[in-house]
Amino acid sequence: MESKLTNEQVLTALREQFGDAVGQEEQTTDHYLNVYVTAESVHAMIEWLYAHGEFKVQFLTNITGIHFPDNDEDQKMVIVYHLHSLQNNFRLRLKAYLPIENPSIHTITDIFSAANWLERETYDFFGINFVNHPNLTRILNEDSMDYFPMRKEYHLEDETRQDKDNRFFGR
Amino acid sequence: MGKITAEGNVEAINYEGFQLTRLDTVIGAARSNSLWPLPFATSCCGIEYMASMAPNYDIARFGMERMSFSPRQADLLIVAGTISKKLAPVLRQVYEQMSEPKWVLSVGACASSGGIFDTYSVLQGIDRVIPVDVYVPGCPPRPEQIIDGIMNIQALVKHESLRRRYSPEYKDLLDNYNIENDIDGK
Repeated sequence: MESKLTNEQVLTALREQFGDAVGQEEQTTDHYLNVYVTAESVHAMIEWLYAHGEFKVQFLTNITGIHFPDNDEDQKMVIVYHLHSLQNNFRLRLKAYLPIENPSIHTITDIFSAANWLERETYDFFGINFVNHPNLTRILNEDSMDYFPMRKEYHLEDETRQDKDNRFFGR
Repeated sequence: MGKITAEGNVEAINYEGFQLTRLDTVIGAARSNSLWPLPFATSCCGIEYMASMAPNYDIARFGMERMSFSPRQADLLIVAGTISKKLAPVLRQVYEQMSEPKWVLSVGACASSGGIFDTYSVLQGIDRVIPVDVYVPGCPPRPEQIIDGIMNIQALVKHESLRRRYSPEYKDLLDNYNIENDIDGK
């Protein structure tokens, strides 16, 4: 089903409201609005989209992180918010760069309660610090884990495994 | 006089109304044919284990009519499925809560070695946290294989010294795993 909103319409409205805080739009194969914004403006932007009379972006699909180890020092972490307007059948993604040293961003648990566990998960795997989160602890991994496993510098495989001979696995 | 038979190294005297034999073979036979298993099933191996319990394969034939879902009344811990690192302390606690004598059957590739889950979140074999008596290979193993593993456990139980848990080897084994044991027999 077609969406009642177009990407241009929402992007233009965002640019009018937030000016330079709205950065570059990224084209993706799913044709959803996919836009980079500044980390400081994310909270206000999501709040504004939620309260907007027409857009009514009132559903949070997911929050996740991305680690780009080859980016510049202050752009190595990306946080992604997947948002959905159920009434308009319109989806968008907000992305923000964060520095790898101390990737901090304001929590959105005051807007979406669902963000609580999603932010905990993002902290668990990427080490992104959500300021003012009510309970920012690990949610899926064991509590004693001392690193953030989805960061690229850590091996996906278990380092202690002994029965795998790399010669037999083409490595 | 009754008939004297020698089975293995055990001499038995059979006569009308009584039989003489060694106590440990009687107890061994009784134990091995009345094992109470505790299924610790987490994934597809658990489904195969359920098939083994069901009438087609029917491990009740081996004296395992009752699954013990309390570790305190169980003799045999059957670990079937992937154990994540977060679950490892739980498994260990279940093992510690079982009373002696106890045996462990590791069913399937995941429980035995981590299987295909060579990843940061999965325990690479339950023998890293608890001692294992018999490993069943397969991904998942068929019920026949699980029954074979159970029969191997039964053979162990039948022929094991009743004082296994007092032996220095057994104490060393538990010490290796840092499992507290208050066994003070001689």
